Amino acid sequence: MTQSDYSNTDKIMMGERSPLEKTFDQGFRWLTLGFAISIGLILISIAVIIAVGAFPAIKQFNFSFFTNSNWNPVTDEYGVIAVIYGTIVSSLISLIIAIPLGVGAAVFLSEDFIPEQIRTVLVFLVELLAAIPSVVYGLWGIFVLIPITTVFGTWLNQNFGWFPLFSSPPAGPGMLPAGIVLSIMILPIIIAISRDSLASLPPDLRQASLGLGATRWETIFRVLIPAAISGIMGGVMLALGRAMGETMAATMIIGNSNRLSISILDPANTIASLIANQFAEASGLQISALMYAGLVLMLLTLIVNILAEYIVNQVKAKYE
Amino acid sequence: MQESLRNDEELLRQSVIELMDVDIFYGTYKAVKEVNLNIPKNKITAFIGPSGCGKSTILRCLNRLNDLISSFKLKGRVTYHGQDLYAKDIDPVEVRKRIGMVFQRPNPFPKTIYDNVAYGARVNGYKGDLDELVETSLRRAALWDEVKDKLGESGFSLSGGQQQRLCIARTVAAQPEVVLMDEPCSALDPISTLKIEELMQELKENYTIVIVTHNMQQATRVADMTAFFNAEAVGNKGNKVGYLVEFDQTEKIFSNPEEQSTKDYVSGRFG
Ligand SMILES: Nc1ncnc2c1ncn2[C@@H]1O[C@H](COP(=O)(O)OP(=O)(O)O)[C@@H](O)[C@H]1O
Ligand SMILES: [Mg+2]
Repeated sequence: MTQSDYSNTDKIMMGERSPLEKTFDQGFRWLTLGFAISIGLILISIAVIIAVGAFPAIKQFNFSFFTNSNWNPVTDEYGVIAVIYGTIVSSLISLIIAIPLGVGAAVFLSEDFIPEQIRTVLVFLVELLAAIPSVVYGLWGIFVLIPITTVFGTWLNQNFGWFPLFSSPPAGPGMLPAGIVLSIMILPIIIAISRDSLASLPPDLRQASLGLGATRWETIFRVLIPAAISGIMGGVMLALGRAMGETMAATMIIGNSNRLSISILDPANTIASLIANQFAEASGLQISALMYAGLVLMLLTLIVNILAEYIVNQVKAKYE
Repeated sequence: MQESLRNDEELLRQSVIELMDVDIFYGTYKAVKEVNLNIPKNKITAFIGPSGCGKSTILRCLNRLNDLISSFKLKGRVTYHGQDLYAKDIDPVEVRKRIGMVFQRPNPFPKTIYDNVAYGARVNGYKGDLDELVETSLRRAALWDEVKDKLGESGFSLSGGQQQRLCIARTVAAQPEVVLMDEPCSALDPISTLKIEELMQELKENYTIVIVTHNMQQATRVADMTAFFNAEAVGNKGNKVGYLVEFDQTEKIFSNPEEQSTKDYVSGRFG
C-alpha cells in the first residue's frame, strides 16, 4: 500500500508526459530561438554587405562624404550633405503637417462626436490611405499637388522671399510638394497608433476630469493627450522612419536635384530616392558611394529610433 | 413630536439638492423609480442598499455625470438650490464645478501630485495663489505631511489610500459646494478608510457630502442622514428597478426604522 503510494508520488514528480511531447516542447523552443536569431542575422548581414560594398567609398572619402555637397558621377566626386538635408527637411515638413492632422483625427475618432457606425467607416477609410501604392501617390503629386504648390510657392517666395526656406521661385517639383505627399502617406500610421493609445486610456480619467468641472476640450488637451503621449510619440517616430525611407513617391516629386539649396521650393533629393535613381546605371566607385549613402540612411533611421525610444521613456517616466 | 417636526422643516429649508419623483432610464430599461429625497446642507448623507439598486446611478445624476452615457434619461426634477439641474439652459460643466465627485477606485491623473490637485482650480480659472490652494487642499485631505516633500512626483507613486486622499484633495481644490463620493473606501485598507472617514467629518463643516457605501458600520460612523434603497423585480424578465425605501436620521434608520425591509438590511439579514 505504502509502496504503491510512493511510486505514485514518484510518477507525479517525474511527470507523465510522453517523451515525444517533451522532445516536441524542446524542439519548439529551439525553433523559435532559431527564428529570433535569424532575424538578427538578416539584419547584420544586410549591414555587413552594404558596409563591404561601401568600403572603397569610405576609404576614398571618409568624413568628407558628409561635408561635400557635390554628387558628380563624371568626376567621381561624391558627398551626401545635400541629400541628407533633403531627407531630413522633407520628412520634417511631412511631420509638421501630419502630426496636428493625425492627432486631431485620432482625437475625433476616439470621441463620440459622431455615431459609432460612421466612425467605423472613417476608420476604414483611413486604413485605405495606407493601402494606396506609393507610385499612385507619386502620380497624384505630379498631376494635382505640384500645380497647387507652385502657385502657393510663388506667393510664398514673393511675400516671404527674405526667409531662407522660401528664397527661390518654385520650379515645380521640390521639397514642399514631396513633404506634403509624404505627410499623407504617414497619416494612417499616426492616426492608427494615436487612436489606439487614446482609446486604451481608462475611462476613469475622463470622468475624473469632467467631474472636476473641466470641459470636453480641457479634458482632451490637459488629461487625455498627455496620458497617451508616449503612444502618440511612438507613432510619430514610426511615421518619421517611414517618411525618411520612402522612395518611389519622393523620387517622382522631389525633383532629383543633388545640388544643395536651403529653399524648400527648390528641387532636391533624398537618400532613398538618390539610390533608387542611380543604382541601375552606376558603375565603379559610384556603386560604392551609393552603398555608403545607404549606410548613412540606415544610421539616420537608427538614430531616429534610438531618439524615439529615449523620448518615449522620458515621457513615460514623467507620467507614471 | 413638535420638536422633531420643526427639525424636519428646518432640514427641508436647508436642503441643497432635492429630487422630486425622479425616474432614471438606461435606454428602455428603468433603473430607478420615484425617488424623492432632500440632501441637507453641511451634513453627510449616506446611500445604502444592495448592489444594483441604483445608488451610483442616483449619485451620478446629481452632478450630471450620467450625461456621458448616451442611453441615460431622467424623468422628474432634480434641483440644486431650487434650480432645475436638467433645465435646457443649464451647463453641465458649471454643475460639476459646484458638485464634485470622488470615485470608487482612486483615479489620479498621470501628472505630478501638485498638478493633480491644481487641475480643478486651473480649469476653473482660479485667480488666487495656487501654491496656497494646493497646500490647504492637501491639508484638508490629511495628506500634506506625507507628500509635502515630493509634490513634483507622479500621483501614481502614492499608495492606494494616499491616492484616494489625493483625489479628495483634488476635488476639494476645485472648491465645490457638494462632494459626492461613490464607495470611496471600498478599495482601501482599514487604516486608510478610518483616515478618510475622519476627513469627511472635517469636510462637512464646509461642504455637503453624499456618500454611497456598502459598509453599514461606515454609514453609522460618518453619516447624519441615511437613505436606504432597495430593488424589486418588475415584469417577468427579471428586470429590477431601484427605489428609495426610507430616508431618515442615521440613528433612526439603524435602530428603529419604519420599514421591515430596512430593518432586515441593516441587521444584515439580506443584501
Ligand atoms: N451605463 C449603464 N448602462 C445600462 N445600465 C446601467 C448602466 N449603469 C448601471 N446600469 C444598471 O442600473 C442599475 C443600477 O446600477 P448602479 O447604479 O450601478 O447600482 P449600485 O451602485 O446601487 O450598485 C443596475 O441594474 C445596472 O445594471
Ligand atoms: Mg455602485
